[in-house]
Amino acid sequence: MATVELLFSPLPNHVRTARLVAAAVARRAGVDEAVMDEVRLAVGEACSRAVGLHLSNNVSAPVRVSLTEDEKKFSIEVADEVPHRPTHLQRSDGDADAMALGEAVAEEDDEMGLAVISGLVDEVEVTADGTGGRIRMSWPTAPDALLP
Amino acid sequence: MDLSLSTRTVGDRTVVEVGGEIDVYTAPKLREQLVELVNDGSYHLVVDMEGVDFLDSTGLGVLVGGLKRVRAHEGSLRLVCNQERILKIFRITGLTKVFPIHTSVDDAVSATD
Repeated sequence: MATVELLFSPLPNHVRTARLVAAAVARRAGVDEAVMDEVRLAVGEACSRAVGLHLSNNVSAPVRVSLTEDEKKFSIEVADEVPHRPTHLQRSDGDADAMALGEAVAEEDDEMGLAVISGLVDEVEVTADGTGGRIRMSWPTAPDALLP
Repeated sequence: MDLSLSTRTVGDRTVVEVGGEIDVYTAPKLREQLVELVNDGSYHLVVDMEGVDFLDSTGLGVLVGGLKRVRAHEGSLRLVCNQERILKIFRITGLTKVFPIHTSVDDAVSATD
């Protein structure tokens, strides 16, 4: 079971709330402060993508964010309810056609969001099936850094 | 924190000072500002991002969109940014090759190419 679960209406103004909650729970779980910007950005990208998918497919169901604290790691899963084909995560590299990537985003494609997540997070898994898509990311925690 | 925008003219350049968070919610405001400037004939833009606390891929998309618009008029779009956490996003997406990124507004305003 998730440590904290957040459901929000698929609207852009709630993405910031999801970032704030995720960062607060990550900090509490003992995620290194040095990667907190990455946690915020990655969860924001995943939620923005989910909101975009819901809006463009007229899905009014909420976006679900599950924050789970295990012994050695902290995981975030962002789930949408838009049935889609499996997405292949592409690592961005030096040879990537950045302008084309940027144009894709300007056209509201979700590739840039995934590229940012894959560039930021070492442990990431993107899955999708007939019921929806899931982005699962995790970061190591330092138990001795737990807040009192 | 919401997005704050202000513009000023320095020579033939228009400096857009951005503050706060650029994300999926606030990026449309930045897009509107850039479109309005280009429609009003400002083709040489300097976007000062020193006051930006957060930038995501939606924001990057808006900046790329702005760049495409000014380039259609043989203009330019330069960025001012010294913040490592913001620069990192440009690096991992390869956009450091697309945008001239300067360390100060003075530097960006006086740059030619």
